[in-house]
Amino acid sequence: MSLAFDLALCALILGTAGLAVAGGNLFGSVVFYIVYGVLIALAWVSLGAADVALAEAAIGAGVTGVLLIGAWQGMKDAGGLEAEITKSLPVRVLAGLGAAALGALVGFAILSLPGHDGLTGPVAENQPALDLGNPVTAVLLSFRAYDTLLETLVLTAALAAVWSLTPARFWGGIPGPKHITRPDGVMASFGRLLPPLGLLVAIYLVWAGADQPGGAFQAGTVLAAVWILIVLAGLRDEPRLSSLVLRLIVIAGPLVFLGAGLAGALAGLALGYPEGHARTLILIIEYALTLSIAATLALLIAGPARRAP
Amino acid sequence: MMEFLAERGSLFALTGAALIALGFYGFIMRRALIRRLIAFNVIGSGIFLLFGGTGYFGGGVDPVPQALIITGIVVALALTAFAAALAVRLARSGDDDDENPEAGR
Amino acid sequence: MSAMECFIAGLLALGVFFYVAGTVGLLRFPDTHSRLHALTKADNLGLGFIVIAAGLYWGDGWIAGKLALVWLLTLFAAGMAAQLVARAALKAEGGE
Repeated sequence: MSLAFDLALCALILGTAGLAVAGGNLFGSVVFYIVYGVLIALAWVSLGAADVALAEAAIGAGVTGVLLIGAWQGMKDAGGLEAEITKSLPVRVLAGLGAAALGALVGFAILSLPGHDGLTGPVAENQPALDLGNPVTAVLLSFRAYDTLLETLVLTAALAAVWSLTPARFWGGIPGPKHITRPDGVMASFGRLLPPLGLLVAIYLVWAGADQPGGAFQAGTVLAAVWILIVLAGLRDEPRLSSLVLRLIVIAGPLVFLGAGLAGALAGLALGYPEGHARTLILIIEYALTLSIAATLALLIAGPARRAP
Repeated sequence: MMEFLAERGSLFALTGAALIALGFYGFIMRRALIRRLIAFNVIGSGIFLLFGGTGYFGGGVDPVPQALIITGIVVALALTAFAAALAVRLARSGDDDDENPEAGR
Repeated sequence: MSAMECFIAGLLALGVFFYVAGTVGLLRFPDTHSRLHALTKADNLGLGFIVIAAGLYWGDGWIAGKLALVWLLTLFAAGMAAQLVARAALKAEGGE
C-alpha cells in the first residue's frame, strides 16, 4: 500500500482519536472511539500484521466499545454522569505543553533507535520443530507461552474483580437485566439467524490459527459476541454466576494450559512441551482457551450480578 | 529524514507517539470517568502502534512484537472491563448503600 | 491503465459517491428516521459497488464469493440496526 494511503490513514486515526478524547458529547466520544479502533485495525493490516488486526478489531474496537457503551448506560441510569468542568486557560496550555513534550520525547526516541536485524529469522529457524505454519501462534503458544498463560490468568482475575463488585444480596445471581423482545421481531429473528454463522467463523478462526492468521483470542471473542447476541435477543437468559459448570468453563483454559506444561515436566522439561507432541498439545490448549476466553469475555461484558439467584 | 518517514513502520510509530501525547492530554484534562477510560485505551493502542511500527522489518511486523501486542490488547481489555464495572458500581452506590452518601462522588 | 483498471476505478468512484451521498443525508436531514433512510440505503449500495470492484480486481472466485458474503452480512446488520434504531426513536418521540 502506498505512502499516500498510509498518510491519509494516520491523519484519520489522529482525527478520530482527538474527537474521542476531547469531543463534546460523551456518547459521541464512545462511538468515535469504536471508529478509531477499526481504523487502527486497518493500520495493522497496512503493516502486514493480520493477527493483530483481527485482535484489535474484535477486542480493541468491539469488546471495549460494548463495555464503554454499557458503562455509559449504567452511569446514566444511576445519574452519575457528571458535567464537565472547563479548566482555565493556563492549566490547559500547561497540559498541552506537557503532552506535546511527552510525544516529542517518544518520537525522538523512535528516530534515534539503531537499526536491527529483526526477530523473524530466529523465530523461523525454531518454528519447524513445532510443525506450525503461523509464526505468531508459534510465539504465543510456545516461545512466549508463559506470557500467554499469565494473560489468561489476568483475564480470570479481572472477572473475579468484576464479580467482587456485586452487592451482597445479589451474590451468585444473574447478571444483566432480563431482555424481553417480540417473539417474531427483528431482534429475535437475528438471534436465531446469526449464531450458527458466528459459530462457524469462530471455529474456523481457531482451527486456521495454527497455520494462517487467526487464533484463540480472536475466535473466543467471536464466540462471546454470539452469546451476547443470543442474550440480547431474549432467547436465553444469562446463567447464574454461582453455577459450577460456568466456573469450570471459565477456568478450563488456564487449567489445560498449566496441565500441558506439567505434562512436559513429567517428560523431563519443566513448563515445556514433550518432543514431537508440541503441535497436538498446542491445538488442544488453543481449543480449551477459546472456550474459556469466550465465557470470560461474555461474563465481563455482562458485569456483576444484578438479580438475586 | 524523508526516507525514514517513507518507511512504513516509522510513519506508524510516529503516529503512535502522537496518540500517546493525545491520550495523555485527554487523561489529564477531562474529569468524566468514561473519557479517562477512552484516553487510557488511546494511550494503549498508541503504545502498541509504536511497538509494532518499530518492529516492522522487511514487509511485515516481527512475530514476537505481534504476540506481545496481542497480549497487551487483551490485558488492556481486562483492565477496561474492571474499570467500567467499578465506574457503574460507584455511580450506583448512592442508592443502596446509604451509610456514606458522599461515597458516590 | 487498461480498460479493466479504468472500469474498477469507476466502480470505486461510484461507491465512494454513494457513501458521500449517505453522509450528506446524515448531516442535512432533519430527523432520525430520514437520516436512517439515507444511511442504510446509500451506504449499502456504495459497499456493493466497492465489493464488485474488489472482486474484479482480485479476479479470484473464492475471494469474490467471500466479499459477497461480507456484503450480505453487512446488509443484514445494517437493516437490523436501522429497524431497532427506528423503533427506539419512535418510542422516544412518543409514537405508537
